[in-house]
Amino acid sequence: MSTSASSRESAGEPVLDTAFFHRWLTAAAAAVSREATRLTELDSAIGDADHGSNMQRGFAAVTAALEKEPPGTPGAALVLAGRQLISKVGGASGPLYGTLLRRAGKALGDDERITVRQLAEALRTGVDAVAQLGGSAPGDKTMLDALVPAVDALAAGGGSFAAASEAADKGALATVPMLARKGRASYLGERSIGHQDPGATSSALLFAALAEVAA
Amino acid sequence: MSPVSDDAPRDAGEEKLVGVVLVSHSAAVAESVARLATGLAGGGATAPVLPAGGTPDGGLGTSPELVAEAAHAVDRGAGVAVLVDLGSAVLTVKALLAEGDELPEGSRLVDAPLVEGAVAAVVAASAGADVDAVARAAEEAYDYRKV
Repeated sequence: MSTSASSRESAGEPVLDTAFFHRWLTAAAAAVSREATRLTELDSAIGDADHGSNMQRGFAAVTAALEKEPPGTPGAALVLAGRQLISKVGGASGPLYGTLLRRAGKALGDDERITVRQLAEALRTGVDAVAQLGGSAPGDKTMLDALVPAVDALAAGGGSFAAASEAADKGALATVPMLARKGRASYLGERSIGHQDPGATSSALLFAALAEVAA
Repeated sequence: MSPVSDDAPRDAGEEKLVGVVLVSHSAAVAESVARLATGLAGGGATAPVLPAGGTPDGGLGTSPELVAEAAHAVDRGAGVAVLVDLGSAVLTVKALLAEGDELPEGSRLVDAPLVEGAVAAVVAASAGADVDAVARAAEEAYDYRKV
């Protein structure tokens, strides 16, 4: 990891507390809900047209659980969210996003306040777990195409959430000309080309929500 | 983890049987495969088998809740073999297993084709095979070429 001394300072302060994570997940739920129709439209082109409703249902369960049993640490908030997504959403998005958040949460440990660098590293752990679970890599036209550049930007850019969100958006857009190699879209072969991947699109929403609450 | 034993049924008369859960995107497919597998397993006591197909509202998909419910219902303490069809069914079971406490202890995802694997798994489980042997019997279904 190459980080300059100045960025190490700005990314090294333990500034993110549990309330921040609560706000992030709540904002993510709102974004997913707002964009549910668009996610389902993208998914109806190359998938099974349930991505919007699955994400909406999953994140509604996340916000309900956060209210019901407020977690005491950032890590616990992400683990709680991941668990809800895994146990409540049956589409591929549930296990994949659930694994992302749960692994990231576990990587954060019990700290009550964490640094942006810690978050970047924890998200990297989560993204690696998603790649392993799905057996996929960047370039396969999946959520990884937004997640990997976003985490790279967060780790390299001195902890800028705005830069991470921008990288995720670009990554999602870059899936349009890609040939799908995973999931139902891969059965379409060349016909998957020309459509933006719904999973990469919802991944970008998570980072947009992060930038929104950090602003 | 118990060591892998041989394929023969274990000798104790009151051996606990391995449970089998059949996960499909379709409730009708999961139920039919369960009936087919128990039917072909023949007479006598059969291992507990349950389908976990579709979503709770009757649609196509995978439901983590239905999978966990079925796994607990077939659990007799000897492990549960979970067979799946495709896509999100595979990911859902993998993620549930990674959670650690969503599925009964000794549950495992079996790498096998759903229909052929289900028949082999139910036959083996009904004969008293342990969960490793049940999984192996189902996995062997991949080796049976049809052409």
